[in-house]
Amino acid sequence: MKVLPLPPGFTRGLVAAVVLALVVLPWLPQFIYPVFVMKLLCLALFACAYNLLLGFGGIMSFGHAAFFGTAAYLTGLAVKHAGLTPELGILAGTLGAAVLGAAIGALAIRRQGIYLAMITLALAQMVYFLFLQLPFTGAEDGMQQIPRGRLLGLVDLRDDRAMYYLVLALTLGGLALILRIVHSPFGHVVMAIREHEPRARSLGYPVERYKLVLFVLSAALSGLAGSIKALVFQVASLTDVYWHLSGDVVLMSLLGGMQSVLGPAIGAAIVVGLQYYLDAFGGWVTLVTGIIFMVCVTTFRNGIAGTLTARVADDTRAPTQRYD
Amino acid sequence: MTELFGLPLAVVAGQTMLGLVNGCFYAVLSLGLALIFGLLRIVNFAHGAFFMAGAFGAWLLQRYLGLGYWVAVVIVPLIVGAVGAGFERTLLRKLHGLDPIYGLLLTFGMVLVLEGGIRVMFGSSGHPYPVPEQLRGTAQLGFMVLPLYRVWVIAAALSCCALTWWFIERTRLGAILRAATEKPSLTQSFGINVPVLLTLTFGAGIGLAAFAGVLAAPILHVNPSMGSNLVIVVFAIVVIGGMGSIFGSMVTALAVGVVEGWTRVFYSEASNTVIFVLMVLVLLLRPHGLFGREGSA
Repeated sequence: MKVLPLPPGFTRGLVAAVVLALVVLPWLPQFIYPVFVMKLLCLALFACAYNLLLGFGGIMSFGHAAFFGTAAYLTGLAVKHAGLTPELGILAGTLGAAVLGAAIGALAIRRQGIYLAMITLALAQMVYFLFLQLPFTGAEDGMQQIPRGRLLGLVDLRDDRAMYYLVLALTLGGLALILRIVHSPFGHVVMAIREHEPRARSLGYPVERYKLVLFVLSAALSGLAGSIKALVFQVASLTDVYWHLSGDVVLMSLLGGMQSVLGPAIGAAIVVGLQYYLDAFGGWVTLVTGIIFMVCVTTFRNGIAGTLTARVADDTRAPTQRYD
Repeated sequence: MTELFGLPLAVVAGQTMLGLVNGCFYAVLSLGLALIFGLLRIVNFAHGAFFMAGAFGAWLLQRYLGLGYWVAVVIVPLIVGAVGAGFERTLLRKLHGLDPIYGLLLTFGMVLVLEGGIRVMFGSSGHPYPVPEQLRGTAQLGFMVLPLYRVWVIAAALSCCALTWWFIERTRLGAILRAATEKPSLTQSFGINVPVLLTLTFGAGIGLAAFAGVLAAPILHVNPSMGSNLVIVVFAIVVIGGMGSIFGSMVTALAVGVVEGWTRVFYSEASNTVIFVLMVLVLLLRPHGLFGREGSA
């Protein structure tokens, strides 16, 4: 498909406009419900963190809900049962996800490609069963009424507006970190490994260590998203660790555009919006999500960002050809 | 009463039996999965969904057409297999030559379509399916009571696996299939229609899944999500066994089923997770699977 190149600075202008809109949004609640936007921000961060592994690293995990959900439960545990402040709760959740990411990543990178996808899926299912059976999780009911508390003991987060700005700051911080990782020397080595692993190895790079660090970073940032989600909705439930969510985040990346850093955020907005409006129709959400999935895979592999920026060539043989 | 490790023998034997039955479902499913992967290089995420479609097919035939179990056992695998072949022909075919990850993603979309579609049409609750009259009784073995239907499931699944193995290893079509698995382009140059072979193989693999679904219908509740958790377990089994050898994956499936059954006796809390723990151990000790080969990714 031939698309006209975008005017220079378009992406930068678009990002600035979106950030500005997000900043003024809580003062205009008549347009869009702030809690919905908070959910959207969480999942946008989750999708971009996931795509750090898939699009940027060329590693396909099918179990990222494990990190999102584990962080949500740990934040709940820290804030509700240990009485910690929200910032410590978020830290606990993020660190927990990073540790789990190190464990799952170390096992998964022993294999490649589809095997890696199957291994992460199976390990995530194991995490799901653990949370189903552990005593503090409330099993099918989930962990409810997690208090939002006071940030640093000062700001009362029960106020939706204060919560909103915390979520916005953390999400933008997370996305900035992702951009930083992509453009760092570390990021360049990761790209080299993705493009030609044996060559990177022959140049003396410890390939496994790079892959593992990338896996842990992606897991930790996914965990950050999960921790924020637990505070916003004051609940951590089994849907946060279930494979449906792992599938959703793959769809967000694919739909938004795997070759771009922030494209998955667009995908997240569409998927979350869709689920929000179709929620009342039960099975239809699953059916429609499945159809979008199949359409994307067969005809729209560049995703929205890839199609917009037109920097991607006609042929997309590898899922991870370019990543600008 | 005879005891084994401080537990009544009847309990241990009963759970071994249950484990074998589950192992048979795992075996038939991983057989189809390995067959499809061998030739098409696609990990069929929708395998569990087609298993569920098989069970639903049996239930639908009985509910709306009054056709019984024995008709369903023959017809449903053929119908669902044909649907699978159509899916391969129209959609999966487009991804030929792309990264295998896309195949996994497309079949994942198919899982959502099948599950969502059936939930929209028939609701998400379970439907009971009766055990056929001829197999309702039990056999008294002295140390345990054996439900006949379970015996039938094990016999049917094992003969199905044996038949598939014989077909692949001993017939002309099976030889062509093995040749196409090894070198598709060379096979094609001998005048063999490989694209048709791909469609047929995919259809056959799906038919096997549907067959397992019909066998499972009277044991498990027929519901839209009965296949998706199962397929994740089967993936773990495939990682344990390695997809290289059909015989290997069948043995692994049965063994894993029995281990799962025993775990239910000795430490029931772990029965859901034991398979994944086994997978972790195998990954640590033999990263390419028990029967896998080095270099098979």
